[in-house]
Amino acid sequence: MNFWFDPVNFIAHWLTGLLTGWGLAPWLAGAIIQLIGVVVLISLMMVFDIFLVWVERKVVARFQDRLGPNRVGPFGIFQPFADIIKLIIKEDITPDGADRVVYNLAPILSLMSVLLLWAIVPLAPVIFGVDLNVGALYIVAAGSIGTLSIIMAAWASNNKYALIGAFRQVAVLVSFEIPMIATMLIPTILAGSMGMNEIVQGQQNVWYVVLAPLAALIFMIAAIAELGRSPFDLNEAESEIVAGFHIEYTGMKFGLFYAGELLHAFTFGGFWAILFLGGYRFFGLENLGPLVAVVILFAKAMFGYWVIMWVRYTVMRIRIDQMLAFNWKFLTPVAFVLLMLTALMNTLLRGTPVAVYICGMLLTNVLLGWIIVEILRGYSRGEREKIEGAAPAAATAHR
Amino acid sequence: MIPLSWYLILSAALFSIGLFGVLSRKNAVAILLGIELMLNAVNINLVSFWRYGDVAQMAGQVFAIIVFAVAASEVAVGLALVISVYRRRNTVIADELDLMKW
Amino acid sequence: MTAMQIFFLIVGLIILGSALMVVTTGNLIHAALWLIVTLFGVAVLYAILNASFLAVVQVVVYIGAIAILFIFAVMLTHKEMRDRGPQLNNGWWLNAVIALLTFGGLFWMLRSWNGFLKSAADLPASYDGVAQLGRALISPDAFVLPFEVASVLLLAALVGAVYIAFNRK
Repeated sequence: MNFWFDPVNFIAHWLTGLLTGWGLAPWLAGAIIQLIGVVVLISLMMVFDIFLVWVERKVVARFQDRLGPNRVGPFGIFQPFADIIKLIIKEDITPDGADRVVYNLAPILSLMSVLLLWAIVPLAPVIFGVDLNVGALYIVAAGSIGTLSIIMAAWASNNKYALIGAFRQVAVLVSFEIPMIATMLIPTILAGSMGMNEIVQGQQNVWYVVLAPLAALIFMIAAIAELGRSPFDLNEAESEIVAGFHIEYTGMKFGLFYAGELLHAFTFGGFWAILFLGGYRFFGLENLGPLVAVVILFAKAMFGYWVIMWVRYTVMRIRIDQMLAFNWKFLTPVAFVLLMLTALMNTLLRGTPVAVYICGMLLTNVLLGWIIVEILRGYSRGEREKIEGAAPAAATAHR
Repeated sequence: MIPLSWYLILSAALFSIGLFGVLSRKNAVAILLGIELMLNAVNINLVSFWRYGDVAQMAGQVFAIIVFAVAASEVAVGLALVISVYRRRNTVIADELDLMKW
Repeated sequence: MTAMQIFFLIVGLIILGSALMVVTTGNLIHAALWLIVTLFGVAVLYAILNASFLAVVQVVVYIGAIAILFIFAVMLTHKEMRDRGPQLNNGWWLNAVIALLTFGGLFWMLRSWNGFLKSAADLPASYDGVAQLGRALISPDAFVLPFEVASVLLLAALVGAVYIAFNRK
């Protein structure tokens, strides 16, 4: 056992020796080491979160043809620290008629729901918090705590706009959870396990994005909705309901919501990478050592995060009815059909050579995608004819 | 190791608290909250009997899952009824919904 | 007393304390939030009992759906955000007596059962509860029929809830 190939167990082994050498009981030493592991993981993610603030601001600036933060430090990399100092020294306002305990609990729960997710992320073959055998469901469970924190924040701040934001958020989250669970079940079927580690192990030959590209796409859309980011940012829609559920929050309490949102986006980038892009695998490069694997996973998660930002800053917000109709009439049926087809094909193609299996899965997806596009095309043609039939004068004038 | 009796006593206590809530709450939504407590008490019982009995027999867990489904349906229909009643009668206090009483 | 037993006692106290708050607190939103604490405690109990699937489903279904539905129902059926007046019936002490009698009766009945102080056998090392549960739910000689009936019940509840709550104008 050396540091390079098994760092966590190496350090844990060394610490156990040290602590029991001080005369601590073995179970107490074990508990302390577990606690240290949790604290280290959470602190690392929080420090990384500070870096994400800079990334987000820099990337949005590039999308909008600006420079972004460039004054504090090289490339403005110390800008987030200035932001944090600003947030901390701001006045901490609790609105009149607010429910104090719930009001103060909500931002903590919001950040907690995100940090909980990192417990099951396999950073490397030997670096992970816990290998839960119900990992995919655990993601949804942590997401429901996030929903809860939004309702708590909205109700406790005693504000109409906040409540409108929360109502929208819950309508969106409850409905987009369904295609999300359905598409998370597809890697589960392919790997034969809900555990994140085994899903990554199952992608040894081929990434699941090749076997289930439609699922990867639907998962990404549902994840963006779950994150409440544009084009699905109805819960905070600045131009309609000012800032939605966190309208009354100031200073570092708002900072917690903001940090939670950024880390949530990055985390879902990470889960996208784990479920569909092979996790810490990159053509055998991960065999060099666990630390290399961690870097690979973070790079892939960053790619997922970049895709989320890309969508966020280029697509317009849609209305709530459009959004729910999109989910219930389009995304959910497609996800269910895809789930059934994948389960069927997986059973039919079991035992065939790998190449046949991959081609069969890919063809199924392509075929389904083509059928969906044809249906959509027919539908939009019908809609167009309806509009043109209703207003012939304008239509002919346009030609 | 925790003896089975602890789980059973806990679930009996939770059931009684839920029963108290159902009997003494005025608001219809709060009565449904009490029913949820009672269903949870039942579930604790089912799962602990599964664990302390033969773990290869999954009946306890399967029953618990069916209780989940029943609880979800009960809440969906119950709250829909409460909201519908509130629209017509403008109250959700169970004592005031006495149209059928004579 | 082992660490596990102390942990169980703490969780049990949290469950019972928050359950008491659910049935007695005046503010209904607070009652729903206390219910969430109770449900979390029950999820922890499932985890102690090695039923990891149920623990996670408890959080997803109860907290993610049922508790949030409750909060919504409370918000939608109130003219003001705060409740006024007593939330309990006048005869609440009689109900408390009935509840205590129920608890006493259950306790007495369980005492006379000879499996009461049983302790659990250790799980086999390679035991996979989730896989076992999945097989039990879909195998024809186990519980596939109850499972299907439960899904039909859910569908019926969905249709019924939409029909009842639909605002006809």
